[in-house]
Amino acid sequence: MQSSIINADTSKPFGRKFSNTLYRKNNLFLFLLLTPPLLWFGVVYLGSLFALLWQSFYTFDSFSMAVSNDLTLENYRSLFDATNFDIILRTLTMAVAVTLATALIGFPIAYYMTRYGSRAEKGFFYIAVMLPMWASYIVKTYAWTVILSQQGILYWCINHLGLSGALNHVLQIPAIGGNTLATSNLGRFIVFTYIWLPFMILPIQAALERVPTNLLQASADLGAKPAQTFRRVLLPLVFPGVVAGSIFTFSLTLGDYIIPQLIGPSGLYIGTMVYTMQGSVGNMPLAAAFTVVPITLIFIYLSLAKRTGAFDAL
Amino acid sequence: MLFKTKKNQPSAPIWLKTLAYGGLVFLHVPIAVIVINAFLVSDGSHTHFTLHWFHAAFAREDVMSAIALSLKVAAFATSLAIIMGTMTAAALYRRNFFGKEAITTMLILPIALPGIITGIALLSAMNILDITPGFLTIVVSHATFCVVMIYNNVVARFRRMPHNLIEASMDLGADGFTTFRFIILPQLATALLAGALLAFALSFDELIVTIFTAGHEVTLPIWLLNQLSRPRDSAITNVVAMMVMLVTAIPIIAAYYLTRGTESIAGSSR
Repeated sequence: MQSSIINADTSKPFGRKFSNTLYRKNNLFLFLLLTPPLLWFGVVYLGSLFALLWQSFYTFDSFSMAVSNDLTLENYRSLFDATNFDIILRTLTMAVAVTLATALIGFPIAYYMTRYGSRAEKGFFYIAVMLPMWASYIVKTYAWTVILSQQGILYWCINHLGLSGALNHVLQIPAIGGNTLATSNLGRFIVFTYIWLPFMILPIQAALERVPTNLLQASADLGAKPAQTFRRVLLPLVFPGVVAGSIFTFSLTLGDYIIPQLIGPSGLYIGTMVYTMQGSVGNMPLAAAFTVVPITLIFIYLSLAKRTGAFDAL
Repeated sequence: MLFKTKKNQPSAPIWLKTLAYGGLVFLHVPIAVIVINAFLVSDGSHTHFTLHWFHAAFAREDVMSAIALSLKVAAFATSLAIIMGTMTAAALYRRNFFGKEAITTMLILPIALPGIITGIALLSAMNILDITPGFLTIVVSHATFCVVMIYNNVVARFRRMPHNLIEASMDLGADGFTTFRFIILPQLATALLAGALLAFALSFDELIVTIFTAGHEVTLPIWLLNQLSRPRDSAITNVVAMMVMLVTAIPIIAAYYLTRGTESIAGSSR
């Protein structure tokens, strides 16, 4: 009996035998499936990341403008020089401000669409958030350079509403202002907030969707005012979603190097610093050391976020 | 009223509705500006509607070659991503083993870390290996961050697919290839298509990584970036910007309808 089964197996065509083997030897199948993608990611992606990290220990000679293979920690030490540290702080401040602003603007949108939207309205909101999110990054940035320019529609609206005096006052505030909207930190902040806003709305919406409505009704039945229900019941349940969204807004702002070039004052950001260092200056070691800053900050942020349960909300 | 309100549900406070719709307006103002600018032309004193600049843009060789390159890159990158993303999804959806978390994290890293890091890392690797940046390096870099789009969509579909269908097919005498072709593939089709559309859209307007890996090649987003320093050419820029937006909007809406009603909706996390 046993032998006839084996015989039957050998008489089968190759394809059948092969799939039988794969079915029995599960691990072999797994290995065959995973090898190509793992090779790709291991060699192309992780290999490149390590190549980059390794170069952050190389020495850059500022007289000959040449990179030598002598290993040093000098690049990392110079991150703490006043000018470089300013760049890091400036970027970090913007990332935090943008994250807060997107959460504040995004929450009502997500809340309205999940709690009050009918099926059709929800679908409408969903697409209305997703289209700007996926619209080309450079096109959106370009649109903002048009909007914020002095011949643009924002100045036109402000002038027609008679608010140009108020705008000038705002633009005179030291940290926020500038000569015009397009060259002020305020303008840059608006653009960053705009570009990353959808990345905040969708995780909040997903988190809100999972909150059972009867919890909120129970809270109201037990005598809580709407504000109390919001603060004590809804917010703790949705917070992981907000954190999940903030991972995107924080990380994307930290590494951006196009928007700071096109809108806002001239001070460098981490992204623009990396870009100029590797490009026009040719100081790849310092550029590499600078990329470690967002990587470190993001990993710290991720480990903090993990504690709130944000990964389940992604 | 545009939409019917939810049953058994008090209607929203007016301030909340204002904030929500205000937010949507904010999200769409720049898009409206691009669309309006593409059709309007101002000759000093007054503005009027025209289609002239579409004609002019299509006649420009640099525009057409940038579009062609971006389409070609997106097609190749998406194909590579489909193969790798599906393989990874097939390997991971039912199994639990040591290192599985690490693999999924690795797939997400290229889009979770800022693009500049991926870009500069690939560039430094190319420098070390003495590879000249060009078409192939753009495809390689795009495929790397497109895999996760396919993986996410396909793995969600795999999880909902009853495994005994596969077993039944094999029991009835189909080999692995036949089962894949007639049982698995039809079930995966819409998820694959949705993932592919998203990957295509992602690749088509990627700029941040591409700047590092493109060398002297000019993809459409790089062309647009270069245009920003040519304000006199802005009529053409407006038209091309609008077309780029249209080309990416179609696959996004299509992907949404393809995966609607399933547990994960395509494109909800980029």
